Amino acid sequence: MSGARPGRLEAALRAARTRGRKCLVPYVTGGLEGWEAAVEAAAAAGADAIEIGIPFSDPVMDGPTVQEAGDRALAAGATPAGLLSAATGLDVGVPLVVMTYYNIAHHMGHERFARSLADSGIAGAILADLPLEESAPWTSAADEAGVETVLLAAPTASGERLEAICARARGFVYAVGLLGVTGERAALAASAVVIAGRLKEITDLPVLVGVGISTPAQATEATTVADGVVVGSAVVRRLLEGEGPEGVGSFVAELRRALDGAVSS
Amino acid sequence: MGMTEPTPEGRFGDFGGCYVPETLVPACQELDRAFRAAWADAAFRGRLNDLLRDYAGRPSPLTDCPRLSAELGLRVLCKREDLNHTGSHKINNVLGQALLAERMGKTRLVAETGAGQHGVATATAAALLGMDCTVYMGEVDVGRQELNVFRMRLLGAEVHAVTTGSRTLKDAINEALRDWVATVERTHYCLGSVMGPHPYPWMVREFHRVIGDEARAQCAELLGGDPDVVVACVGGGSNAAGIFSGFADGDAELVGVEPAGGAAVGRGTPGVVHGSLSYLMQDEFGQVLEAESISAGLDYPGVGPEHAHLARTGGARYENVTDGEVLAAFELLSRTEGIIPALEPAHALAWISREREALAGRTVLLNLSGRGDKDVDLVMGLQE
Repeated sequence: MSGARPGRLEAALRAARTRGRKCLVPYVTGGLEGWEAAVEAAAAAGADAIEIGIPFSDPVMDGPTVQEAGDRALAAGATPAGLLSAATGLDVGVPLVVMTYYNIAHHMGHERFARSLADSGIAGAILADLPLEESAPWTSAADEAGVETVLLAAPTASGERLEAICARARGFVYAVGLLGVTGERAALAASAVVIAGRLKEITDLPVLVGVGISTPAQATEATTVADGVVVGSAVVRRLLEGEGPEGVGSFVAELRRALDGAVSS
Repeated sequence: MGMTEPTPEGRFGDFGGCYVPETLVPACQELDRAFRAAWADAAFRGRLNDLLRDYAGRPSPLTDCPRLSAELGLRVLCKREDLNHTGSHKINNVLGQALLAERMGKTRLVAETGAGQHGVATATAAALLGMDCTVYMGEVDVGRQELNVFRMRLLGAEVHAVTTGSRTLKDAINEALRDWVATVERTHYCLGSVMGPHPYPWMVREFHRVIGDEARAQCAELLGGDPDVVVACVGGGSNAAGIFSGFADGDAELVGVEPAGGAAVGRGTPGVVHGSLSYLMQDEFGQVLEAESISAGLDYPGVGPEHAHLARTGGARYENVTDGEVLAAFELLSRTEGIIPALEPAHALAWISREREALAGRTVLLNLSGRGDKDVDLVMGLQE
C-alpha cells in the first residue's frame, strides 16, 4: 500500500493468490509442548504462513482452547524473548507471524519488540487488542523494523472504517468471521463470507478469514470469497489432546487438500 | 485542578485510551456518542435523578461520627453510600448505564462483579427496566460471597462462575468482555468501575459524581466549607472517583487507599489490560499479576486511568493498607458508631486510623461506599 513495496508476508500471500492457490495460515500457541515441531509440520503440510501465539495472561479475544493452551505455555515458563529466540531456529520456508496482545509489546517497548521480531525472522505481527486508533506508536516502530502489522476487520465495522483499516493493514487483512472470540464452531457463520466480500470490494490486499474456521469444509466455504483462512483453535486442540506435531501436520494437510480441491473444481 | 473531560481519544494525561478487540471499537464509539447526547439531555438527566431519589434513596446522608472521632483524635464524617438501595454506591452508575442502554435500544446487560455489589446492582437495574442480565463472577468470589450470588439469581440474573486464571474480578472482566464480543449487537456491557476502554472511565465517574456533589454541599452546610481530607478506597476506583470529583477543584487533600495485595498505583507500572493504559501489577514480561486481598471488591491488579493520572500529577495521593489493618477498622466502626462497613471502605478507615497522629485535629471525609452485611460471614470465619 501507499507505494511501499510489499513485505515478505504480503508478497508470499499475493504470490499464492496469483498461482490460484487459497492461502492457509495455521495458528500454534508458542510454548505449548511440541509447538516448534508443530510449526515445522504445518509448514511441511502446505501452510502459506504460520501464526505463532505469544501467550498473554488475559487473552480477551480468545475462547477456551487458546486460553487453555496459553495457560499451559505460561505455566511451563514461556516468555516472549524465549519464544522469539526459539523461532529464530525454525526452518520452515514460509513467513511467520506473531499473534499476541498489546501489553506484551508495550511492556517490552515498541522499538525493542519490533526489532526483536525482525531479528528473529518474524515477518508480521497481530496485536488482538490494539485497534487502528491506538496503533500508531506500534505501527511506526513496526514499519521501521520491517515488520508487517496485520489488522483485524470485524463485521461490526462501517464501510468507512473498513477502508481505514485496509489502508493501514500490512501483510494481509484479517477478517473476523463472526461476532465472538476464537474457537471451533459447528458451522461457518454467514458473517464470514459477508465480511470477506465487503473487504474484497475495497482492498487488493489478501483477505484471510479467521475466528470460527475449524474444518476443511468451513475453510472451503469461506474461501469461495476470501483469499484464505486462519485456523487456530482446531490446530491447537490437537496439540492439547496429545496428537502432537504429527496430528497438526495431518490436519493441516487435510485443510490443504480441501482448499486445493476447491480451487481446481 | 478539577477532574475534567478526557481528550476525545479518552486520555487523562498519559493514561486511558480504548484498547479493545476490533469487534468492540464501534460499540465503544457508539457508547461515547450516546453518553454525550444523553448527558446533555435534560430529560435523561431528569429521569436518572428521579430514579436516584425515588428508587435508590438519594441523597445519601452525611453522618458525623463523634465516638469514632473521639477515639481517633480527629473528626470523621461518613458519606453514607451504604444506605443506598442495594447497599453500595454501585447503584448510581448502574442506573445511569441501564437507562443509557435502554436509550440505545439494547435489551441485555452483561456485567462483571467482584464482591457481588456491582452484580447485584446491575441485576437490580435489569429487573427494574425489564432487561436480561448476565453476571460473571470469579469462582473464588462466588465461594466467598454466596449470598450475593443468591440475590442476583433472585433478581432474575444469570450468574456464571468464572474458572479461568485467578478466578477473581480480573478473570470475570475477561469473561464479560468475551461475552460482549459475541453479543454486542443487543448487549450493553455495564462495566462496574472507572476502568476499561473509553468512554467507561469518564462515564462511570460522571455517574458517580453525584456522591461528590452531594457531599460537598453537605460539608458546606455542616462545616461551612470543605473538609481537610477526602478519603476513599480504590480497587478500580469508582467510589473514589465519584467523591473526588466533587472536591477536585478545592483545597481538600484527596487520598485513595488500595489494598496492599492489589496496589496498582503503589506497586504497578504502566500497562494495558481491559481496555486502558494505566498502572498495572505485572511481571517482567508484561503478564498481569494476580491481586490478593481480603476484599473481593478490591481484588484487582489494575486501577482506573484517571487515578493513574491523578497519582502522576499529584492531584490525589494513593496509600495502601494490610488486611489486618482493614479488619481492625471494620470492627472499629462497628463498635464505635453502630455502622458495619463493607471491607472495601474499611480500607479507607484503616488508613485514617493508622495515620491518626498525622491527621490529629483535622476533619476527614470518608466515603463509606458500602455496607458490611455481605462480609459478616467472612469476618466471623476469620475470628473463629
